[in-house]
This record gives sequence, structure tokens and C-alpha cells, in this order.
Amino acid sequence: MTLTNTEIWLVILGLGAGSYLLRLSFLGIVGNRDLPEWLLRHLRYTAVAVMPGMITPMILFPNATGGQFDMVRMGAAIATIAISVWTRNATLTIFGGAAVLFALHFLIAA
Amino acid sequence: MTFPRDFWLGFRAGLPFLLVIIPFGAVFGVVATEAGLNLTQTMGFSIMVIAGAAQFVAVQLMVENAPILIILATSLAVNLRMAMYSASLAPHLGKITWWERAVVSYFMVDQAYAASILKYETGPQMTPRQKLAYYMGVVTPVCPMWYIATYGGAVLGDLIPAGLPIDFAVPITFLALIVPMLRTLAHVVAALVSIIGVLVFSFVPFNLGLLIAALLAMVAGAEVERQISKRAAR
Repeated sequence: MTLTNTEIWLVILGLGAGSYLLRLSFLGIVGNRDLPEWLLRHLRYTAVAVMPGMITPMILFPNATGGQFDMVRMGAAIATIAISVWTRNATLTIFGGAAVLFALHFLIAA
Repeated sequence: MTFPRDFWLGFRAGLPFLLVIIPFGAVFGVVATEAGLNLTQTMGFSIMVIAGAAQFVAVQLMVENAPILIILATSLAVNLRMAMYSASLAPHLGKITWWERAVVSYFMVDQAYAASILKYETGPQMTPRQKLAYYMGVVTPVCPMWYIATYGGAVLGDLIPAGLPIDFAVPITFLALIVPMLRTLAHVVAALVSIIGVLVFSFVPFNLGLLIAALLAMVAGAEVERQISKRAAR
């Protein structure tokens, strides 16, 4: 890395301030006003619209394997979905998914 | 807290996220120090930015010696979803005081948003103050542990065995959050459009593909909901 200390702090402060403004945006400005129904109807789908897209590349082309498809991660993802549908419990799902991930890692990769 | 019950319900909902926060924060500590950041700078990232994915993107681009403006634009694009979270939380938390909203905004991380919105929309009716208590309950175990794990990773980094698939802690938690949200056809359609969209638009630079996919998915979900309620009204 060739960035100077000042440049590194510029990145940290700029990213910190920018992220904070993004988080504050609607919550800070909109405040007490009621939002129109069509906007609320779209906002109801924010989480299911952002999060699946965010993790799809992590599952199919993990950075850790240089973008190569990986049976360990794919298997763990399928198991996690199955456990979630079956148990309907977030804690069990996370523990179960992690257990399958490490089990597959030591069975297949190691 | 005026409503300790909701605070503790949130706290309990936040605890399982530690399984992700601890390895993720520790990995960031390791990666950032190995990239050449000192301890203060590494902690500066986790305390001021408090957004794992964007922090990783920024450090990666710093290692590649990208121009500062590109580093900022790309990592802020990763965080654009925070504006959507902000908009999505506004109907629930818009009626609390301004400084409380300023505090909520600082702690707006994926886990806090996902756990809170799931509770607000599926649980029984809550007052804005109960919703605030729940939100603060979720972030209480999550956010301080993010700082501590980063510190631990930065200081003890060399002890973590190389080659473990710790990166995959993130998708596993997100799956545990998303699957219970798929409770109507409209939610399922939105999730499918999001997945297909991100693959179709993967060529778009600066992570903008995810934003395009997310916007399309929101429109798709809202449209399916509108069609279904129109048919039900007939």
C-alpha cells in the first residue's frame, strides 16, 4: 500500500461520514411525516430485495477461493436454508449452518 | 429504559449474531493490519464506519492503491443499502426524538435492521418507544462486540489458522434472516428478482449492479402485492 497516513485517515473519515449520512437520510429528514402508501409498499420489500442479492455472489463465487465455485460453501448454504425452513429458528439455523460448513470443510477440503 | 421487556427481547434476538460478528470483526482486524494499517486506523474503521462489507471493500482497494475518490465511491456504494434501511425504518421510528434517531442511525447495521424490521412487521403492534427499545436491545450485544473483535483480530491475528472458511459466516447469518421473511408470494418474487438481477448486472462497475437489482426487486415485490390485493378486493 502506498497511501500515506493522512490519506488513510481521509478514507476512514470520508467513509465514516458518508455512511452516517446514508443511515440518517430518511430517518432524520422524514421524521414525523407519514410516507405515501405506494412508497411504503415498496419499502416493505427492502430487506428481501437487498440481502439475497448481496449474498448470492458470496455463495456462488466466494472471494476466499478466488471466485471459484466451492462445494463446501454451496453445501453449507443449502443446509442452512433447509435448517431454517425446518426449524424456523434463527439461532439453530446459524449454529447448524456453521456446523455443516466446518464439517464439509474438514471432510472435503482437508 | 422505559420498556425493559422489549429491550431484553431485542437483546436476545441480537445474541446469535455474535457468531458472525466475532469472526467477521476478527477477520477484519487481521486483514486491515496485514494491509499495513496501524491499530488506531483499524479501530477507526470499525468505530467510525461500523459496516463490515464496506470496510473490507475499502481496505482491499487501499491495498490495490486505488485513487481515494474511487475507494470512497465504491465503498459508499456498498453502503447505499443503508439509505434503504433508513427509509424502511422511518415509518416505525420516525416518531421518536431527533437525537434518538441520530443514535439509531449510527448503530444501523444489517443485523440491527433485519432483526428489528422482522419484529416490527410480524410481531404484535408496538409503540414507537417499544420499537426503539427493541432496536437498542439488538445492537447492545452486536456493536460493542464488533469493536472488541476487530481489536482482538488486529492484536492476535496470527493465531487464527489460515484456510478456515470464516468468510462464509456472513451468508449463513443472512440466510437465517432472509428465509423467515419469505412469507408471501410477493416476498419470494422480490428475493428471486434480487438474485437474478445481481447476476445479470454483475458487469456494472462499483457495485452498482446490486443497487439496480435491489430496486427492481422492490418494484417486483410491490407490484405482486398490489395485483394480489386488487384481485382479493374484487
